[in-house]
Amino acid sequence: MNGILPLQLEDVSYAAGGRKIIDRVSLALEAGSSTIILGANGAGKSVLMRLMHGLLAPSAGRVVWNTVGARRRQAMVFQRPVMLRRSALANVAYALEAAGVAPASRERLAREALAEVGLLAAAARPARVLSGGEQQRLALARAWALHPEVLFLDEPTASLDPGATREIENIIRAFDAAGTKIVMSTHSLGQARRLGDEVIYLHQGRVAERAPIERFFPLPATAEAAAFVKGELPWA
Amino acid sequence: MLEALSTGLRLVATLDLRLWEIVGLSLAVSLSAVALATLLGLPLGAALAVGRFPGRQALIVVLNALMGLPPVVVGLAIYLLLSRAGPLGELGLLFTPGAMVLAQTVLVLPIIAALARQAVEDAWLEYEEQLRSLGVDGLRGALTVLWDIRFSLLTVVLAGLGRASAEVGAVMIVGGNIDGVTRVMTTAIALETSKGDLPLALGLGMVLIAIVLALNAGAHLIRDAAARRYG
Repeated sequence: MNGILPLQLEDVSYAAGGRKIIDRVSLALEAGSSTIILGANGAGKSVLMRLMHGLLAPSAGRVVWNTVGARRRQAMVFQRPVMLRRSALANVAYALEAAGVAPASRERLAREALAEVGLLAAAARPARVLSGGEQQRLALARAWALHPEVLFLDEPTASLDPGATREIENIIRAFDAAGTKIVMSTHSLGQARRLGDEVIYLHQGRVAERAPIERFFPLPATAEAAAFVKGELPWA
Repeated sequence: MLEALSTGLRLVATLDLRLWEIVGLSLAVSLSAVALATLLGLPLGAALAVGRFPGRQALIVVLNALMGLPPVVVGLAIYLLLSRAGPLGELGLLFTPGAMVLAQTVLVLPIIAALARQAVEDAWLEYEEQLRSLGVDGLRGALTVLWDIRFSLLTVVLAGLGRASAEVGAVMIVGGNIDGVTRVMTTAIALETSKGDLPLALGLGMVLIAIVLALNAGAHLIRDAAARRYG
């Protein structure tokens, strides 16, 4: 089976309310390396990932995956996960059902995914009464069960405490180790360095810079990225 | 007045047969109508909330307006439909409980559909991205949301039940208020009041209010328990 990567964005623009949020972005995402999307608030990080994931349709340009049927072989974890009013296990099983997995194997796969994120003991608990960190882990379990080739993460730890953030980062590393391509936006430069291989720096809807992590942080090539790294570092 | 009240209470307390027949028929008619309207109205409301098609906004405005349908007008329309010369006259439904169920279903359906539309649309804002990311959209997404907010929808169904149990105009016209056949609480109250038989009217009034209170209290408890259980 061919992989769904590389993903090609060809002159992709996205406008809403007369404002260009993404402005003629062309790039390719390859399998393997973890890509971190950085940028100030309103730079277009979330919109760019939604365009890639297919939740938004570009106003102009094309988003092209390597194979057809790529839709089902990717997953996304949002800043605030939405859980259904049913048990943690049933939430994962619902995702499997939506992906067309046969009923007989849903529970086993769901339990495996819960075990992966350390939530097996909470399998029977209602998802909505779990803590914020547990809900985000459950969102990752939901993604894990689908064995996606690409996992998009939109500021997955933005509203979590350091302990929960560490747990989420460990799970993201496990995805990476299992061969899933990570595409993540974050406001934490420390997190970017811990998890990323390369940085795409967005500025006003355009890719201002794309560089390997070890080059980007000491030596940002553009003035905008340099100001961003300098300004953000104290809080990283 | 006090005497009428005490006689009314005695009728209720002694399980007066005539009174309980009327109460039973009232409940049967209104609950059937609400069940039918719920069955039709929830999917209709959900489809309107999630679907995107031309004319959707106009349909929503019409549906909201229909919440205020005057019961006597609905009664008249159903009467014309079911009367011997009407298009559905062959069914012989006029002046039967069936006709009353039909009229109340027409009255309640817009209330349940319109309120469900609003509830599902509000919830859809929260669920849409997540569900679409999982590959769920359209009808399947609407049904998922409908099921997920089922306890909030209890209030929607109760609003419909309130309308059905309180209205008198539609059931009076299509039922005819025939003693022992189509007499329900509201039509009986109207009749007994005009006849001057205040004890029966008051007794029925008390039962009607008690039933509505009990149903609402039950729904409240269910919602409360569900909120604690499911978050």
